[in-house]
Amino acid sequence: MRLELSTEDAAFRDEMRTFFTTEVPKGIREAVAARRELSKEEIVTTQQVLNAAGLAVPNWPVEWGGRDWSPLRRHIWHEEMQRAFVPLPLAFNATMVGPVIAAFGSQEQKERFLPATANLDIWWSQGFSEPDAGSDLASLRTTAVRDGDDFVVNGQKTWTTLGQYGDWIFCLVRTDPEAKKQRGISFLLIDMSTSGLTVRPIELIDGGHEVNEVFFDDVRVPAENLVGEENHGWDYAKFLLGNERVGVAPVGAVKRVLVQAKTWAAEAVEDGSLLDDPLVSARFAEIENELLALELTALRVVANSADGKPHPASSVLKLTGTEIQQAVSELVVDLAGPASLASGAGDGSDVPGWARRATPAYLNLRKASIYGGSNEIQRQIIARTILGL
Amino acid sequence: MDFSYDDEQEALRDAVRGLLGKAYGDFENRRSVTDRDPGFDEKVWKGLADMGALGLPFPEDVGGMGAGLVEVGLVLEEIGRVLAPEPYLSSVVVAGGVVVAVGSDEQRGELLGGLSEGTKLLALAHAEPRRRWGSPVHLAASEKDGSWRLDGVKEPVVQGARADVLVVSAALPDGGTGLFVVAGDVDGVERSSYRTHDGGRAARVTFNSTPAVPLGEPGADVTAPFGHTLDAARIVAGHEVLGHMSSALTSTRDYLTGRKQFGVPLKTFQALTFRAADMYVDLELTRSTVLWATMVLDAAPDSGDWSAVTEAASRVGLQVSRAGRRVTQEAIQLHGGIGMTAEYSVGHHLSRVTAIEHQLGDGSFHLARLAAKVGDHEDVDPLP
Repeated sequence: MRLELSTEDAAFRDEMRTFFTTEVPKGIREAVAARRELSKEEIVTTQQVLNAAGLAVPNWPVEWGGRDWSPLRRHIWHEEMQRAFVPLPLAFNATMVGPVIAAFGSQEQKERFLPATANLDIWWSQGFSEPDAGSDLASLRTTAVRDGDDFVVNGQKTWTTLGQYGDWIFCLVRTDPEAKKQRGISFLLIDMSTSGLTVRPIELIDGGHEVNEVFFDDVRVPAENLVGEENHGWDYAKFLLGNERVGVAPVGAVKRVLVQAKTWAAEAVEDGSLLDDPLVSARFAEIENELLALELTALRVVANSADGKPHPASSVLKLTGTEIQQAVSELVVDLAGPASLASGAGDGSDVPGWARRATPAYLNLRKASIYGGSNEIQRQIIARTILGL
Repeated sequence: MDFSYDDEQEALRDAVRGLLGKAYGDFENRRSVTDRDPGFDEKVWKGLADMGALGLPFPEDVGGMGAGLVEVGLVLEEIGRVLAPEPYLSSVVVAGGVVVAVGSDEQRGELLGGLSEGTKLLALAHAEPRRRWGSPVHLAASEKDGSWRLDGVKEPVVQGARADVLVVSAALPDGGTGLFVVAGDVDGVERSSYRTHDGGRAARVTFNSTPAVPLGEPGADVTAPFGHTLDAARIVAGHEVLGHMSSALTSTRDYLTGRKQFGVPLKTFQALTFRAADMYVDLELTRSTVLWATMVLDAAPDSGDWSAVTEAASRVGLQVSRAGRRVTQEAIQLHGGIGMTAEYSVGHHLSRVTAIEHQLGDGSFHLARLAAKVGDHEDVDPLP
């Protein structure tokens, strides 16, 4: 039992802290701090700064830009980015399709896609969910039928986050309609500029345009864009969803919002601070304590593990992390109070920016307990794989 | 950073688990032991002494083992796991801890040696009727010609009737709090014992011009070191609660697997398994906080940073209160009627965690302490 980081790990933390706070453009970090929506350019710029320093895809194999860090170091890297308000490397590229191509792709696919994926020269979208395949993903119905050297794809994907920026989309498609559910699925890479592919926005309850529907109408995809073996796509999807235990819980980001919320508590009233209200300070104290337990649990998971296998406790981190994230966003709306109604106010409003963005952020974050395997799915994983129920 | 136990610590845990498993693996034994005075098994207590468990936190020069609080926590978790009724928390951790913190060298040698050997049971007489955890002590100490006397009532005093030595908190004539040593059977002490809901014993102890020896320097205000000891005990007690939570969950899992209703095992019903999953989440989060706080506490004698310990104690206190209640309550619910019965172990975990929490400070007490300081820091950084 020892609490301190080793000298080497502490030095590593300092190195990360210095890099993130000095090399990533200040304007971008300020936008994250203000919970402002980032432009595509801001996200790309950040990832390219990180990639140039070898800090965009440390989780990948070393020959493709990975760093072979311990899980603890990856955790530190991830936390320090959030602490410095650095937008994280695009998950679709860095933690989803990249590792899949690196593990199961052909040599040609690796050379063609991995460097561009790490550098966000290609913006990937995710084509997994469908209108009738949400938590029950394996019931997906988008088909890919072999025709000469191509697959012909027909169907619909949905909840495609930031699909409006996507250059390519990685999709789960049904290649064998006769096989049982999981068996007939393949993992296909599709150029989003191919004819027959249409992206339509979905407006969410916060008024934002973050997710999309993607329609496939006789989209021809070269067979060379199949990853791994035909009808083995479900295995790759499971690998994709389960291979990341670092960063499952957004500890650093939530912590930063909570720190700012204390300032906002003082800004919300003319005299003193809302923190002077014992009910408000108790709410802060409860959340801080839950966040501490979460952070320590994340540290326990990474500190006590050397192998790269998914850890069952990842479900605990996802479940608790999103609940706390939502609780903090709810707290901020309450701190804003009557001002939180001014969500649509523009220049000339007396309501501060944080209070204007409080409600949209709160509404938007209801998604957190739904995506990435809903929290009910996480409970099912805990009950089944950990408790054996 | 390392959250794992080393080989020696694992060996200690195995030894304690072996001893307690033999004594209380059959819950019927626990029932018969707690049905008789003094509410625990003197032979098991001696067994713990023989393996060095009672002297674990005390320095070697007073007959202890000089181990850390991580080791003490391991023992307590095993005690919680099987609901062992031995007064380890109240006697070794709390009363022994007070003697370590405040006693003179001579007193430490005399009291802690006997405690470590299992020949001298110590009890802290601190709680008083109509006083809560942060309240000033009412029982009065008076001094005449260098000899001290106590007047007042302490209740409930855990193991107050069986204790060979009482360590009594008292209001000093010139203000502040003092601690005093009183032999349990001395004239001027009246003890009436009763059973507590967790199977233990407590007593009403009255002091009537009772001669007492100051613990440590006579007349010195010990408010600070006494407070530190209680905070340390709050952290270490978290380990016993972990044992209770862990057993409550295991028992629940087994029951959901084995028990059939409507012709199928209970685990068929998601309404039940999801609640078991939430119990697991509570257990893991709580374990993280308890282990962390124990490491903060272990570093305190070197760093001298007792404010960190006070804060860590409240972080544990709040977490253990919230999660300990949820898990042990849910365990009963998921067992159904059988969980309510005295002959089945699972319900007793709720009873015991309730006793621990209210002996040392409940969730609201700790939340108030944390809330009062929430504006003093930007964030909570667990690493030193």
